[in-house]
Amino acid sequence: MSAALHARGLAGLAAGLAKREFSSVELARHLLGRLEAAQPQLNAMISITTEAALAAAARADGTLAGGQAGPLTGLPIVHKDIFCTEGVRTSCGSRMLDNFVSPYDATVVAKLKAAGTVMLGKANMDEFAMGSSNETSWYGPVKNPWNTAMVPGGSSGGSAAVVAARLSPAATATDTGGSIRQPAALSGVTGLKPTYGRVSRYGMIAFASSLDQAGVIAASAEDCALLLGAMAGFDPRDSTSVDAPVPDYVAALALPAKGLRIGIVKEFFDKGLDAENERQLHAACAVFAKLGASLVDVSLPNVGLSVPTYYVVAPAECSSNLARFDGVRFGHRCANPQDLIDLYRRSRGEGFGAEVKRRIMTGTYVLSAGYYDAYYLKAQQVRQLISADFARAFERVDVLVGPTSPTPAFPLGAKTADPVTMYLNDIYTIGANLAGVPALSVPCGFVNDLPVGLQLIGPHFSEAKLLAAAHAFQQETDWHTRIPRDWP
Amino acid sequence: MSVNRSDIENIARLARLSLREEEVAGYVETLGNILAMVGQLDRAETRGIEPMAHPLAGLAQRLRADEVTETDRHALYQQNAPRVESGLYIVPKVIE
Repeated sequence: MSAALHARGLAGLAAGLAKREFSSVELARHLLGRLEAAQPQLNAMISITTEAALAAAARADGTLAGGQAGPLTGLPIVHKDIFCTEGVRTSCGSRMLDNFVSPYDATVVAKLKAAGTVMLGKANMDEFAMGSSNETSWYGPVKNPWNTAMVPGGSSGGSAAVVAARLSPAATATDTGGSIRQPAALSGVTGLKPTYGRVSRYGMIAFASSLDQAGVIAASAEDCALLLGAMAGFDPRDSTSVDAPVPDYVAALALPAKGLRIGIVKEFFDKGLDAENERQLHAACAVFAKLGASLVDVSLPNVGLSVPTYYVVAPAECSSNLARFDGVRFGHRCANPQDLIDLYRRSRGEGFGAEVKRRIMTGTYVLSAGYYDAYYLKAQQVRQLISADFARAFERVDVLVGPTSPTPAFPLGAKTADPVTMYLNDIYTIGANLAGVPALSVPCGFVNDLPVGLQLIGPHFSEAKLLAAAHAFQQETDWHTRIPRDWP
Repeated sequence: MSVNRSDIENIARLARLSLREEEVAGYVETLGNILAMVGQLDRAETRGIEPMAHPLAGLAQRLRADEVTETDRHALYQQNAPRVESGLYIVPKVIE
């Protein structure tokens, strides 16, 4: 089999399957072998579901042979372990759910299964998606394929790492404050967080319900477009799912960048941004100018308060969502509970890791009597101001650009001692979650042999335009085609 | 805003979390740092600003017809339960 098989994107693999260059079973075997081989070094997976993958691939081959294939039939995918998968452990990166075998599929999983994709396994992640480095996982940290001394970003670090090392052409992911875009940037891959409400969250384990959104990580904007079309759409089982038509994202890739009005977010080019990273971003903006886009400076005056706003809203919602883990109906239960309160407290104290407990306690504090107005209400008001900044900007421009992350990947352990330092990694990504707008990250260069990302942010339901802009950029650049040296 | 040991112990009690003795000091420091960072919100002028609960402004909460849509799958669901007897979830005795 061609050594470059894993280097092909989804579109290329689909073409190969259609022409019978290789079968879905052969493709799955090849990638399962790479996933197993990489596991000791990268720790990118929590479960590798070999048997189920080969069975699904065989079914896909039957569909292909019968001439019934759709655009995704037989294509491999990895699901972040936050998505419930029927009959397969769904741990959410936590000891709490280490023994949890989901009795049902998340809507995203069901839709991609119905489209004929082949799940290779479940990706490692920060525990309950709370982290920016993948170091809070109960299953240990994921390593960055570009340099295994570095973090891959988080919380979707496993999803980003498997795509970066070409162990899977694509992976699902989720983004509450940057958890798709930041690991995509730090791992040199393309990641899209859709509009709040665009993709169903049914069966996606909840962290912060006013912010969480499912999305995708792949090697290119084209591949993200292909998958988003299959994932997006109304779901009566998710009360926040928006009933709006799903455009043809692949067809929309042809939209030209010429005439696109791009706003450069002034506040994102601050003293926290790495100077070399900044140079790469300006070079990326020059690519858009060359393509005929117009560039203007735009200000989001309140966006600097995104991190403090988020660290009230997200922990508050997390403290309430994670109350369901009580050691009674599923999940970890402590040994020999003395009484019901002891059962709750020790099951939760043992089942949750340090960062999850920190966020539950922060949330409990800001929602407690006497503090609600000062913290939660205030944060909700500032959220309104930040959201209004985005709305105002989108009256003038089609797309906003800026960095995805202040620096390239940092060493494992470098930021674990001080949570606030870790939280500041998401300073440029959180705004889009607070406003509920879509955003993506594309690779735009390297700093010290580590990838850096360019972030594009658009108004609500502008995924087609964002993907087209990213695609136009990727037609002019080859950053997204680079593969880490150790994973040829 | 700073928090002390008894604040942490009280929050942990409200959140139904047991903490090991050595964890408490760490949370005194890190929660204090987080609340200090969150204190930046005081800079924002928010008088008269409507609080924003979620990004779907203007969309009404959908309601569905009051019909039975789920079948009884309790045996399947209880396969994940730590302790079950006769189809019931078992917890320590609550009433003496």
